[in-house]
Amino acid sequence: MAGRTITRADLGEAVYQEVGLSRNESSELVEMVLDEMSDALVRGELVKISSFGTFTSREKGERIGRNPKTGEEVPILPRRVLVFRASHVLKNRINSGRRA
Amino acid sequence: MTKSELIQRIAERNPHLYQRDVARIVNTIFDEIGSALERGDRVELRGFGAFSTKQRDARTGRNPRTGDTVDVDAKAVPYFKTGKQLRERLNGG
Repeated sequence: MAGRTITRADLGEAVYQEVGLSRNESSELVEMVLDEMSDALVRGELVKISSFGTFTSREKGERIGRNPKTGEEVPILPRRVLVFRASHVLKNRINSGRRA
Repeated sequence: MTKSELIQRIAERNPHLYQRDVARIVNTIFDEIGSALERGDRVELRGFGAFSTKQRDARTGRNPRTGDTVDVDAKAVPYFKTGKQLRERLNGG
């Protein structure tokens, strides 16, 4: 099912087509958007993009994991993970073209 | 941070652009990601993360309130995996 892989270059191209900026500046703007989102998440902020989804960071406590190869027990240290919750608009969009 | 705050921030960093163009740029980016997922494509943004869709089979669910069984159709759900660099930054790296 998985088709091609879209990258920064494709997003830059889309911005270039949409607004009359240079390709270079279009790519820089894509980068800036990702940077601003990353910085907010690192600061512990929630990033809410309406009709797309919400990114939140969540604190995970320490737990005992296991090396699946050796069976050895190793502590998994407390860490912060990102959670993305897609909005209903995005979920509906993804299923609109498919017949179940 | 909301989408309007994000637009505001980008506009502040680019005083030569009209705010309405910045809004178009930001919307284009998320719209493009959405279109890719709609087509079943993957979106890989190194250092930030990757968006993809996962298939869920049809199943028989239950209305938790009434206990009635309901058929749930097969569907695709969006999935995001945090990129290595962002994951490290979240943990003080």
